[in-house]
Amino acid sequence: MILNNNILNIEDLVIRYVTEDGIVEAVNGVNIKIEKGKTLGLVGETGAGKTTTALSILKLIPDPPGEVVKGNILLDNIDIMKANESKMEKIRGEVVSMIFQDPMTALNPVITVGDQIAEAIFIHQKVTKKEANNKAKEMLEMVGIPGNRLNEYPHQFSGGMKQRVVIAIALSCSPKLLIADEPTTALDVTIQAQVLELMRELKKKFQMSMLMITHDLGVVVEVCDDVAIMYAGRIIEQGTLEDIFRSTKHPYTEGLFNSIPNIEDRKAKLKPIRGLMSDPYDLPKGCAFCDRCDYQMEICKTKKPEKVYFSDTHFVECHLYNENKDFKLNNGRK
Amino acid sequence: MSQKHENENIKGIMDIKKRSQWADIWHHFKKNKAAIVGMMLIVLFVCLALFAPLIGDYQDDALKMNIRERLQSPSADHWFGTDEFGRDIFIRIVYGTRISLFVGIISVSIALSIGGFLGSIAGYYGGKIDNAIMRVLDVILAIPAILLAITIVAALGASIINLMIAIGIANIPGFARVVRAAILSVKDQEYIEAAKAIGAKDHTIILKHVLPNSMAPIIVFSTLKVATAIMATASLSFIGLGVQPPTPEWGSMLAGGRAYIRDYMYIVLYPGLAIVLSVLSLNLIGDGLRDALDPKLK
Amino acid sequence: MLIPVMLGVTFLVYFIISLTPGDAAAMILGNGATEESIKELREEMGFNDPTIVQYANYMKDLLTGDMGTSYSTGKSVAGEIGQRFPNTFKLTFSAIFIAILISIPIGVISATKQYSIFDNAGMIFALIGISMPSFWTGLMLIIAFSLNLGWFPSSGMDGIRSLILPAFTLAIASTASITRTTRSSMLEVVRQDYINTAKAKGVSKKDVIRKHALRNALIPAVTVIGLEFGILLGGAVLTETVFSWPGIGRLMVESIQRKDTPMVLGCVIVFAVAFSVVNLIVDILYAYIDPRIKANYN
Repeated sequence: MILNNNILNIEDLVIRYVTEDGIVEAVNGVNIKIEKGKTLGLVGETGAGKTTTALSILKLIPDPPGEVVKGNILLDNIDIMKANESKMEKIRGEVVSMIFQDPMTALNPVITVGDQIAEAIFIHQKVTKKEANNKAKEMLEMVGIPGNRLNEYPHQFSGGMKQRVVIAIALSCSPKLLIADEPTTALDVTIQAQVLELMRELKKKFQMSMLMITHDLGVVVEVCDDVAIMYAGRIIEQGTLEDIFRSTKHPYTEGLFNSIPNIEDRKAKLKPIRGLMSDPYDLPKGCAFCDRCDYQMEICKTKKPEKVYFSDTHFVECHLYNENKDFKLNNGRK
Repeated sequence: MSQKHENENIKGIMDIKKRSQWADIWHHFKKNKAAIVGMMLIVLFVCLALFAPLIGDYQDDALKMNIRERLQSPSADHWFGTDEFGRDIFIRIVYGTRISLFVGIISVSIALSIGGFLGSIAGYYGGKIDNAIMRVLDVILAIPAILLAITIVAALGASIINLMIAIGIANIPGFARVVRAAILSVKDQEYIEAAKAIGAKDHTIILKHVLPNSMAPIIVFSTLKVATAIMATASLSFIGLGVQPPTPEWGSMLAGGRAYIRDYMYIVLYPGLAIVLSVLSLNLIGDGLRDALDPKLK
Repeated sequence: MLIPVMLGVTFLVYFIISLTPGDAAAMILGNGATEESIKELREEMGFNDPTIVQYANYMKDLLTGDMGTSYSTGKSVAGEIGQRFPNTFKLTFSAIFIAILISIPIGVISATKQYSIFDNAGMIFALIGISMPSFWTGLMLIIAFSLNLGWFPSSGMDGIRSLILPAFTLAIASTASITRTTRSSMLEVVRQDYINTAKAKGVSKKDVIRKHALRNALIPAVTVIGLEFGILLGGAVLTETVFSWPGIGRLMVESIQRKDTPMVLGCVIVFAVAFSVVNLIVDILYAYIDPRIKANYN
């Protein structure tokens, strides 16, 4: 049964964390679609709700304190919300895999890397332990690590090598969707490039779709087809790579670009976004970005902005475009 | 907003944070019901110790034998009954509180001051000094604490003072380690570097900057160790190496009552409960403090 | 590492014991001895030599298995201790075995069901468990299971039935503290990223705990088991006294009361050696559980 051509379809997802200090609305009505074979970049600063969104796809939100309040998640046309734990165990690793941010802590220190890769294969495929081990060796070589290091422990690998092992684990059962949560943030710059290149290569090879979580716009340009900008639990602007980079609409997106140094014009001052993200326990009534926005208007303080579409692919949630869709942001460097 | 203004703002926020550290700890602590129960129990024990003379006279009620009233069951006159010499168990427990708390606090103070001194030097200077101190302490640690205390009392003779010295010495390595670890964790912080950079003297840095910022784990450890010390006091007295009869001490009351448990269990029940409750309440407070200091563990 | 520590330990213990006041020669000869014969014996035994020389002689003998002769019985110290040692070994190992058997499963279940009724009840019992002095627990168990129910003997060593009460008495405190450690390290471990990695590749909940979390959580638990063993040895002194268990602990208490210095010295040294050996075993165990440590050895 083919319902649509999307590998992932998230609708109106609301997730909150209930702690003794109050309730945090971590994800606040998020919609995400990823077409088969495409890569979506989910961009935002720490605490925007990116990882929470990703974990909900695997149904791994820690509960308590996490709580999925409402929403629909269709993963390869499987209704995640209705799937029970044993079904999820089959889905995880097989349909969707996840790479976590810090390779230094993402591997179990007391199990050999070979066993950690083979475990996933053994769970999902009808193979003997030995076959799983052989496959693990192949995977290791595929990510550029000599197969004879199969029986070594994580502490014997460098950070970049560990991330390769993590990638090998994630791809060992050829998942349809790979979620990568800031896979290069914890690595050195030179290693970052290698790992990104490897991911791009493997993505092509396995014909995977990918959800790339990052706060690094450089990474986005490298690997993404589409981009969603997340702020305080909402997608505030979404479009193709072209849409976002060439016709930036949201002041926050503009702010992200202005925070990157420009080599062509070194005299140009960096224009960081001022202030900090709003207190997640107490989000403002209106637009969550309002307090930090250079284009702030009266309406922003009281009313949540609605989606404004510029094309089938590009939308923004901002009051600036309520009346005049041709409004141009002017705080940029150009 | 100007940059300077912003910096001042941030500085203001940091100040508030620092000032409210203890308020913050209290905020977490008072939410912990078990810890509050422990706190109330300890306050009760302290009151009993302070106001013991209002409850009964030391000479007449806690020490004087009254053979005619021996081994009586609990009654309105004798809440917890009487012991093998006809003395009121409740009053003896109340006076025992004084000894337990006193020995507990003094022995921990001994261990804290000597161990703390060694630990701060080892942690702050590191290198050879650290190595030398820690190796010597390793030797002491190789002897189980209570056995070391028993050995010391066995050599020095059984008395309250020797008991405190013995328990204190046995706890020195533990305190040295905790203080050293606490110092190490703050030593390389930037404010210490800053203090060094402006030429502050070593002892000023240790006393004014390092210790106050590493206080938390030391306080938790001390609380838990007072509990252990109370237990050790009772243990040593139980085998006749601590407080000697007829002085009312919980452990020696148990030792004295042992022969009568077949027909009369109150004689060992209540002094034991006093030990359990006092140790338990200190453990509850220690745990509560630790959780309050380290909210991530909850 | 073991040898210098052992040298230090024996010296420390020897030094402490040598502080014992009183004239050993007079002790050995008893009341009827003349001034002359005491003097002679003092010379003969080397009591007039400096402590360090006496220590060196003692160590020389110790290496040949000679720990001197008892002042009170005149028998060989090593012989007496050798006779008692298996009994203490039996008691402490049964206790640590019971403790591990109960505490690890409870700790794991408590952690996986944090804040459930099971967890809360378990933690309350554990806290009470570490607050109970073993000699009192022992007396209470005797009152309940031996005097009232008559299931087990209250003293002596006569088959497996007589082992049960002392072993459980000794095990309670260790059970409690190993449970607490297992639970908290388990809670720490299940928050680690690699647990998420395991879940994300489809490992079932049961296997996440069994294969991924438990082994990591055991690392701190093993440390505590090693430390607990020291506390257990100390506890054995009290438990053996309560249950009249013919082990080294009771021998030590009796020898202290008889001022039998060589015997006391021998007991403490055996305890310290036993504790050090256990810690060595724990270190080796570590290497099996944690490959990072194995790497350090190679």
